[in-house]
Amino acid sequence: MSLKLADQHLDSIRAHGARDYPNECCGILLGKADDNAKQVVEVVPLANLRHDPKRAQELLPLAEPARESERNRFLIDPLEQLKVEKHARARGLDVVGYYHSHPDHPARPSTYDRVHAWPWYSYVIVAVARGVPKALTSWVLAEDRSRFKEEEILQLPSSA
Amino acid sequence: MPVKVIIPTPLRQYAGKQDAIEIQATTVAEALAGLTTQYSDLRKHLFTEDGKLRNFVNVYLNDEDIRYLKKDQTPLHDNDVISIVPSIAGGSHLRCICS
Repeated sequence: MSLKLADQHLDSIRAHGARDYPNECCGILLGKADDNAKQVVEVVPLANLRHDPKRAQELLPLAEPARESERNRFLIDPLEQLKVEKHARARGLDVVGYYHSHPDHPARPSTYDRVHAWPWYSYVIVAVARGVPKALTSWVLAEDRSRFKEEEILQLPSSA
Repeated sequence: MPVKVIIPTPLRQYAGKQDAIEIQATTVAEALAGLTTQYSDLRKHLFTEDGKLRNFVNVYLNDEDIRYLKKDQTPLHDNDVISIVPSIAGGSHLRCICS
């Protein structure tokens, strides 16, 4: 599988990473998938629910809240996710993956990313170093959940 | 009564590639039990070994999180829509954020 994204989608993910630095940003990738590739049609930026520690902790508790915050963790509000998904379905689109940033950290999945990952989705990570977006990679969880496999990103020219 | 269960993209491969499945059930628990009986590969993605809903799985009845209703005992009505919403979380490595 590969992930097809237009320049404008990559720009939007990088800009979101820079805007929310030093915190982690997150968002949804909407598009269409066949057996060979996922094609992103729209990138939807969302708020990092770890900004609201009380609500986030209720939904998905952190093991070490003293060392974990929106600086190094993200969580998507499931209700926002549901709304985006519904709106997408009405337009014949599916959720093909998600993106998040790694502030001052490489664009490689962490153990925490792997433990929380779902199969099939593309997980795009953008590294943001001192506020400047750097490497951008995409990953898919291996069938046995033991690791992430890096996925090829096919960059398409922006649509008008 | 007939209700619809919406299957998120990563779980469709375990549900006959369908995006929605109609089930007869009177509670959320019954609907999820019916679903995982019909599609047994779904079970390990939704439930822990001791049969509890996994932490990483959110279940919505129409637009409400069942955590804030009667959890899996929430009663259903004709044409209700149950959505399985995967928890999406991640992050970089642990670091001290105390200072």
